[in-house]
Amino acid sequence: MLSRVAERLYWSARYLERVENTARLVSVYDDLLFDLPPNVAISWYNLIEINSGVEAFNQRYKIRDEHNVVKFLLSDDTNSSSLLSSLKMVRENIRTSRDVMPGETWELINELDMYARENIKRGINRSDRHAYLNTIVEGCQKIIGLFAATMDRDAGWSFLILGRYLERADMNTRIIDAANTLMLQSRAEEAIELGQVVWSKVLKSQSAYLSFRRTMRTSISGARAVTFLLTDPNFPRSQQYCIGEIKNAASALPRAGIVLVTADNLLNKTQGIEHSSMLNEDFSEYLNQVQLDIISLHHQITENWFNFKQGDAA
Amino acid sequence: MDTLTANYQAGIFYDELISQEGNARAPAKQLLKYLDSLPTEELEKRRIAAEATVQEMGVSFTVYTEEGNIDRAWPFDIIPRTIDAKDWEVTAAGLKQRLTALNRFIDDLYHDQNCIKDGIIPEHIIKHSKNFRPECVGVSPAYGVWAHICGTDLVRDEEGKFFVLEDNLRVPSGVSYMLENRAITKRVLPELFENDDILPVGSYTSDLFDTLAALSPRDTEQPEIVVLTPGIYNSAYFEHAFLAQQMGVELVEGSDLFVDSDDCVYMKTIYGPERVDVIYRRIDDLFIDPEVFHKDSVLGVPGLMRAWQAGNVALANAPGAGVADDKVVYAYVPDLIRYYLDEEPILANVKTYLCDDEKDREYVLANLDKLVVKPANESGGYGMLVGPHSTKKDQQLFAQLIKDNPRNYIAQPTLKLSTSPTLIGKGSLEPRHLDLRPFILQSKTTHVTTGGLTRVAMKKGSLVVNSSQGGGSKDTWIVETKGD
Repeated sequence: MLSRVAERLYWSARYLERVENTARLVSVYDDLLFDLPPNVAISWYNLIEINSGVEAFNQRYKIRDEHNVVKFLLSDDTNSSSLLSSLKMVRENIRTSRDVMPGETWELINELDMYARENIKRGINRSDRHAYLNTIVEGCQKIIGLFAATMDRDAGWSFLILGRYLERADMNTRIIDAANTLMLQSRAEEAIELGQVVWSKVLKSQSAYLSFRRTMRTSISGARAVTFLLTDPNFPRSQQYCIGEIKNAASALPRAGIVLVTADNLLNKTQGIEHSSMLNEDFSEYLNQVQLDIISLHHQITENWFNFKQGDAA
Repeated sequence: MDTLTANYQAGIFYDELISQEGNARAPAKQLLKYLDSLPTEELEKRRIAAEATVQEMGVSFTVYTEEGNIDRAWPFDIIPRTIDAKDWEVTAAGLKQRLTALNRFIDDLYHDQNCIKDGIIPEHIIKHSKNFRPECVGVSPAYGVWAHICGTDLVRDEEGKFFVLEDNLRVPSGVSYMLENRAITKRVLPELFENDDILPVGSYTSDLFDTLAALSPRDTEQPEIVVLTPGIYNSAYFEHAFLAQQMGVELVEGSDLFVDSDDCVYMKTIYGPERVDVIYRRIDDLFIDPEVFHKDSVLGVPGLMRAWQAGNVALANAPGAGVADDKVVYAYVPDLIRYYLDEEPILANVKTYLCDDEKDREYVLANLDKLVVKPANESGGYGMLVGPHSTKKDQQLFAQLIKDNPRNYIAQPTLKLSTSPTLIGKGSLEPRHLDLRPFILQSKTTHVTTGGLTRVAMKKGSLVVNSSQGGGSKDTWIVETKGD
């Protein structure tokens, strides 16, 4: 398989996952803000911080309100990770690798892209937002389902899996980190009340709420939510599961050595926490380190399979 | 009798299927008998089925442009054009002879230039050719062959005799349509393939593969062959993808390849760099290597010329091969055949006036209203003057162009292209002009396609068959007739 084709598959999956994650995140935040006690200081702007968009946002907007934040996350074309920018990248990558994807993929992505663009106002205005974002998530799942049902489990498939789970693991740690930071910043007297709301929304943002309930069979706390999202072996968005999928996909590919080593290191580092008191600065530092590891995993994938330079062959 | 073919009026030109007296020509007999047996409604049903098949095949290969169009937009006519196998045998021999001489000529130009020394072709014609590449001098491609894939345009005059209109030695396209047209016709007129002796065309892609494989500089069982495309925005991308797929080789873009310090070409794959032996390039000479030609080209591969000159990779067609499809050089091809092969040309040229020659130029300037004037190095029917369809103003413009740069223009009599019955509207056949582009493959051995791509001018009376200018296409049948 040509490196270029592999790289396009990898990025198709990453951007598709990013579209879905962005839609989920905005949707859950919407819900979260309704439920918070009025005296809690939490704002939409946290979403910008989660997505590493601080610089780009501030260049473009002065006011950090809901409208600007949602606009930046969903439609802004100066934000290369906005929902519409990501969708465009999915479409571009699919367009140029149609011969290795199921024929219907192109139609589905066009449908989704058209819907997202034509109805973007519904996403930005609060009244229709939920339905809009739901349709986007469904559109993504349709494509993922098509892949699952029809694609050969060959090298191309492995690159889709690599892209999807790397993006997902990245988002997973960002969301946990954001919640942790929020809790650290909160005043002691509101921490308990806030914790209940925040951690259940974090689980919901990852579609993990029901799974958590079934698996953990106990009340929601920061420590348990975080442990579940990091270490659950069966929940398909947990750190453990995502890195495991990356490892499996890589091991089916040629010359996977270095990528496997990094994935193994990440797996060994993945651990839960005993008590909510451990949700402190050290934990923040730990998440930061995991993020850096994920970034270097991406670079290794790129260097190992996509990029070659003069001197690599002769 | 009131039948489809009885109502057909062949007109004053040579008709491929029906003589002026209204009789079916021998290779068309079965076809016409069958068409007459079909009720109008049935024929219409077949036509619609063909359209649907074109769509379907188009969808499976083509790329949507930003606007959502597919690039397989040109019309297909379901009535095949038939040629007698005995005629074709002679024509095919003529095509082989012609390409053999052309390759000898190109090889000579980049080595000793004996043809100039011996006075066969004037030196200034080569010196001023836009397609002569000094970078190719002294290079010796395998078998002395430079043009491995050639598309030659043939026309028939009013007598039914084949003439060569032009040779395309750079990156000729259209062969995928030849193959696709046959596939469609088999689906919509299957009954005819049972009874008639229609020679198959399907071996093209395996012949192409063999032709390319024979060029491999490494002596290996499985040479690495790739098709190099400018990418999805190129109008022939469909064909590039189709040929790569049918040959089972990778379709690559320039950025997929690199030349390393050993002057070998490598392809970037997930298995690591893989050495490439043969590149069927569908990118024009001037874009293949930014180190040597257009510096800003991003389509090519830096160092490719170096690798080719070192003999580490084969390029098909070789760079510089286009020097022989210059329309001025064309006029000398019959002489070149005599010179290199010591044989009489089997296929004739269309009478050509060289504006570079004083006597010819005077004649051309005096007869601009009757002649077709063509620039020497354009393709696709651009920049032409069709005398009988031109205004006085057009003619004045061309007179000036010719005087300014005589080397760049040739003129030919307006051709009386042959016609063939074409389905126009429901249940009605009308004559439409057409040409024929067979494809010739040459490396260790030489192959000619069985027939080729027939292009039709779908507009009544029009002589322009180019797909970019309202042409269509139809299937071409080489038919074995039984001794009668």
